[in-house]
Amino acid sequence: MEIFGVSSALLGSQLLIGLINGSFYAILSLGLAIIFGLLNIINFAHGAQYMMGAFVAWIALTKFGINYWVSLLLAPIVIGALGVVIERTMLRKLYKLDHLYGLLLTFGLALIFEGVFRDQYGISGQSYEVPELLQGGVNLGFMFVPIYRAWIVVAALTVCFGTWFMIEKTKLGSYLRAGTENPQMVQALGINVPLLITFTYGYGVALAAFAGVLAAPVYQVNPLMGSNLIIVVFAVVVIGGMGSIMGSIVTGLGLGLIEGLTRVFYPEGSAVVVFIIMVIVLLVRPAGLFGKS
Amino acid sequence: MQIKKLTTLACAAAFAALSGAANAQISGNTVKVGVLTDLSGTYSDLAGSGAVLATQMAIDDFIAEAKPAFKIEMVSADHQNKADIASNKAREWFEREGVDAATELVTTSTALAVMKIAKEMNRIALMSGPASTPITNEQCNDVSVHYTYDTYALANGTAKAVTKQGGDTWFFLTADYAFGQALERDSSAVVTANGGKVLGSVRHPFPASDFSSFLLQAQASGAKIIGLANAGADTTNAIKQAAEFGITPKQSLAGLLMFISDVHSLGLKNTQGMYLTTGFYWDLNDDTRTWSKRFFDKQKRMPTMVQAGQYSSVLHYLRAVQAAGSDDSAKVMAQMKKTPINDFFAKNGQIREDGRMIHDMYLVQVKKPDESKYPWDYYHVRQTIPAAEAFQPLSESRCPLIKK
Repeated sequence: MEIFGVSSALLGSQLLIGLINGSFYAILSLGLAIIFGLLNIINFAHGAQYMMGAFVAWIALTKFGINYWVSLLLAPIVIGALGVVIERTMLRKLYKLDHLYGLLLTFGLALIFEGVFRDQYGISGQSYEVPELLQGGVNLGFMFVPIYRAWIVVAALTVCFGTWFMIEKTKLGSYLRAGTENPQMVQALGINVPLLITFTYGYGVALAAFAGVLAAPVYQVNPLMGSNLIIVVFAVVVIGGMGSIMGSIVTGLGLGLIEGLTRVFYPEGSAVVVFIIMVIVLLVRPAGLFGKS
Repeated sequence: MQIKKLTTLACAAAFAALSGAANAQISGNTVKVGVLTDLSGTYSDLAGSGAVLATQMAIDDFIAEAKPAFKIEMVSADHQNKADIASNKAREWFEREGVDAATELVTTSTALAVMKIAKEMNRIALMSGPASTPITNEQCNDVSVHYTYDTYALANGTAKAVTKQGGDTWFFLTADYAFGQALERDSSAVVTANGGKVLGSVRHPFPASDFSSFLLQAQASGAKIIGLANAGADTTNAIKQAAEFGITPKQSLAGLLMFISDVHSLGLKNTQGMYLTTGFYWDLNDDTRTWSKRFFDKQKRMPTMVQAGQYSSVLHYLRAVQAAGSDDSAKVMAQMKKTPINDFFAKNGQIREDGRMIHDMYLVQVKKPDESKYPWDYYHVRQTIPAAEAFQPLSESRCPLIKK
């Protein structure tokens, strides 16, 4: 069977791959959305933090023999802790200023991180093997799905919906949401808002590092791996609506699918399709698909 | 007293006259070599600081060997693979800093920009890193040398060998910019000329990190060979993901531009069995091993063909300056073109009228992990492609300098 001159098998497999890439977009844009929602900081270091997550996994494996599963927990903790330090020592001073200052600071940090890793490990990147348990693949008839790619979707979606649940349905989440709406009032009710903010930034950064570990066996672990991705992820956040949790998850997956289809019908355009959608959304619904204007 | 003073004066005058005569032709009695390369981006491992080191080694070796009467200085800068940065820097070097030759110039766009300025200012451009054939065809000029390799030689080596061994149906995965398209065009011509068939191609954005969609299209084409008309991180990611999706080893990959730094970064497990064409391999013979080990001691990596070619081109240039007794571009170029190149990099290498340096190229196959006996033991040399066959023949040249 053919659809627009493309076999349905090929189309099916491209949709599946779109979903896999969409999971990366979802988990990265979720971290950005949380940070923006509570801190009003546009975290331009997100791509670098994703890259560092992948590097922590690689260093842990090659230098200390620590396996993938431990790294999946270890890297977010290490990089999240680094995020806490950044928030406490630098970002904190910028909350009263315009968004632009936070953007510039985090952009500068991203350049520094990438520079240090490039100087240390070169540009060609390092190989990270797929963990033994997830090697091989399944033949679905219309395509061969590597087990690891399926795992990426499961892991990313679990973490995304776990995060959504925590923010929307738990008491801690309600403090967070209240802190976003009216920090003075929440502070007056006896809740430690600065601590909440520090925790939020650390968590957002940890999500980036988690995505980095997920990506390590698929892509070369390379100092610039995040800078290629971060611009697309920003577009995802803008399309979904800055600060909207569910919006960033749904938009991430949706755009992954659309990008996958573009790669079949007009591959040359696959790098810009996300930005074209961004322009349309900004013109029609400036607050984003899920944002509150 | 008076006499002594006179003698001193006379001696000084004579000395000045003598040394003046000897160096009249070398401006400021200094030859200045500029290394303009990618020190921070995609190509910094295959050229970058390793190319700067290779240049310094060439200068040191030349001073030890020739004890020249002139001084040699080196400057280096990062062109960030951007043509405008490269041309501004080259202009500054030529106009204000007295640089005689701009060298390395990885990335075709930067090379073409600097060649134009070199021609305008009558200085020399020595290109070790860039790949595209327009450098010695439409855009050729008489102050430029394209030294290490080009897309024609790569396609001619790899595509020909693979097609002849039965890989007669091809699908190309092409980086969507000038270099990728040139490589696809050159390779397609070679495939067809050798009785093979090109089933199709897909153009991917540059740079890209996820290749699975494009690889599945290549898989659906049913071609025996998937030709990778891209470079650097695009190539390494595509190779890694082809293995992940079970595309290799059922279909084979042909890397049309791969460096030893790419093989090192991917590991033999991912690259074993691949054919590629290279202008240099460190483990060819005693000469290449000796030089490469010196390089390794400082850089902690074995040299790529670009870095080895960089050493060879700078040494050849300095020898030509010494022999011509001048740093005048026309005289040095004439000297460089008439002298055959003999060092660890090239045997009887020769610079043609179009600026193309022709030398033997090597078709190599990447070893299996259990065939590799020591670090960086990566290649089986399957065939030495003689200089006369490796490069585009002058009869096909589109360079205006070639009179037909």
